[in-house]
Amino acid sequence: MTLISPQPWPVGAVDLASEPTPKIRRRRLGPGPAVPFALLLGPVLLISIWIAGSAIGLIDPRILSAPWTVIATFGTLIADGRLQEHLWISSARALSGLVIGVVIGIVLALIAGLSRWGEALIDGPVQIKRAVPTLALIPLMMLWFGIGEQMKIITIVLAVVVPIYMHTHNALRGIDTRFVELAETLPLTRAEFLRHVVLPGALPGFLLGLRFAVTLAWVSLVVVEQINATTGLGYMISLARTYGQTEIIIVGIVVYAALGLVSDALVRLVERRALSWRRTLSN
Amino acid sequence: MATHPVELTPHTAAVHARALHRGFGVRAILDGIDLTIRRGEFVALLGRSGSGKSTMLRALAGIDHDVEGSGTLEAPDRRAVIFQDARLLPWKTVLQNVALGLPRAELAARAMLGEVGLAGREAAWPVQLSGGEQQRVALARSLVREPELLLADEPFGALDALTRIKMHVLLKDLCRRHRPAVLLVTHDVDEAVTLADRVLVLEDGQFVEDLEIDLPGIRDHGDPRFGAIRRNLLARLGVARDT
Repeated sequence: MTLISPQPWPVGAVDLASEPTPKIRRRRLGPGPAVPFALLLGPVLLISIWIAGSAIGLIDPRILSAPWTVIATFGTLIADGRLQEHLWISSARALSGLVIGVVIGIVLALIAGLSRWGEALIDGPVQIKRAVPTLALIPLMMLWFGIGEQMKIITIVLAVVVPIYMHTHNALRGIDTRFVELAETLPLTRAEFLRHVVLPGALPGFLLGLRFAVTLAWVSLVVVEQINATTGLGYMISLARTYGQTEIIIVGIVVYAALGLVSDALVRLVERRALSWRRTLSN
Repeated sequence: MATHPVELTPHTAAVHARALHRGFGVRAILDGIDLTIRRGEFVALLGRSGSGKSTMLRALAGIDHDVEGSGTLEAPDRRAVIFQDARLLPWKTVLQNVALGLPRAELAARAMLGEVGLAGREAAWPVQLSGGEQQRVALARSLVREPELLLADEPFGALDALTRIKMHVLLKDLCRRHRPAVLLVTHDVDEAVTLADRVLVLEDGQFVEDLEIDLPGIRDHGDPRFGAIRRNLLARLGVARDT
């Protein structure tokens, strides 16, 4: 029996005339297999350009010190203990700001996420704060809290609260209503509902917020340590700028970058452990 | 106020509803329902989409918050719901899902997982299970609470045909052992006749059929009586059969 189809097959379905291929190909839409050492590839490339540029004299040392000058300076700063002291003070500031900010951010997000009144009262002010850059608040902070430690930590806290609140609140609002219904039928008490459904449901959002917050804590440090500070990485950098010591500035930048990378990696490690139940595009 | 508790004979009835109305504004979804389900009775509720069968189940479950209603409704406190989706918390292991909200129920939860054929999968995450396995966990989560009333809202609707047959056998077996009263909402006539002691058909918010299924416990789809009941119910649902 001969099959005569009234219409031709759709173009591209099966083309019997072409050479047989071992596999039918479709354009892949997922990101594909992982690149080995993906995280290091970009930075290594940048550093190679820097080394090569300095070696062949393409980069003026007054603009950007050579990598070996920076390494030597790094050694001196560690040997006389100055770098450790600045680093210690800066870390203490960033960490206390971060901890206080995270606690405040979570509390605000929970109040706004679990009650309509809370949302009405809290969400607006936080959104306004989000639109105001930290730098613009500093003059006010100085008037209110002086130019001491208090002002520095409060400024970091204000910066940290926003991403923690935003992402935690968003995750809380995004908890599936089907789970709320389930909790009602089991039934769970309000405390059990919070512990087993709400908090774990909001955890991915909170951890994303934490990654932003950790970075912001270090970034805010640069700003606040340029005001009436006699210690800290920011102070070390502004002093170096005054004397035109680019190698110290670069040491400071590298330390900031390393701190940012290490703390981000830490949060991601926590994320991987805490969210091992998820299967997403990343694995 | 949707429900008013009434006195009833607690030894014979699990569910007792009189003149139950549910609706949105002027649109009535349940229009004066009277329903009694005996203890341990397996009732299937059939109906087309929009007939009000899910509203009925949600009223019995007590999760119809935004629905207006009147009438009297009495149902046991110990009731459990199985939804069409397994609704497992993805951040809890299988065992934690079964024992959710039940402190010190780990042993019972393990035993129940064994009963649904998932012994050894206690530590698995829900995403690692197939659809049928997830629904079995949901079944275990319901039964470990020893419900007097089990409410199931098209629990096998999302499963493939073969898995569904296995789940029918499992559910029937579990119900025989634990004896809850069951209200199974479904649109599958075969499923209703296979499982239930009694089949109700809901249309436009009222029962149009209340049929005792007088067939032996293990039902043979080839039995001519099965076919007759099936045809009768399909006709009730407005599906005419030419054969």
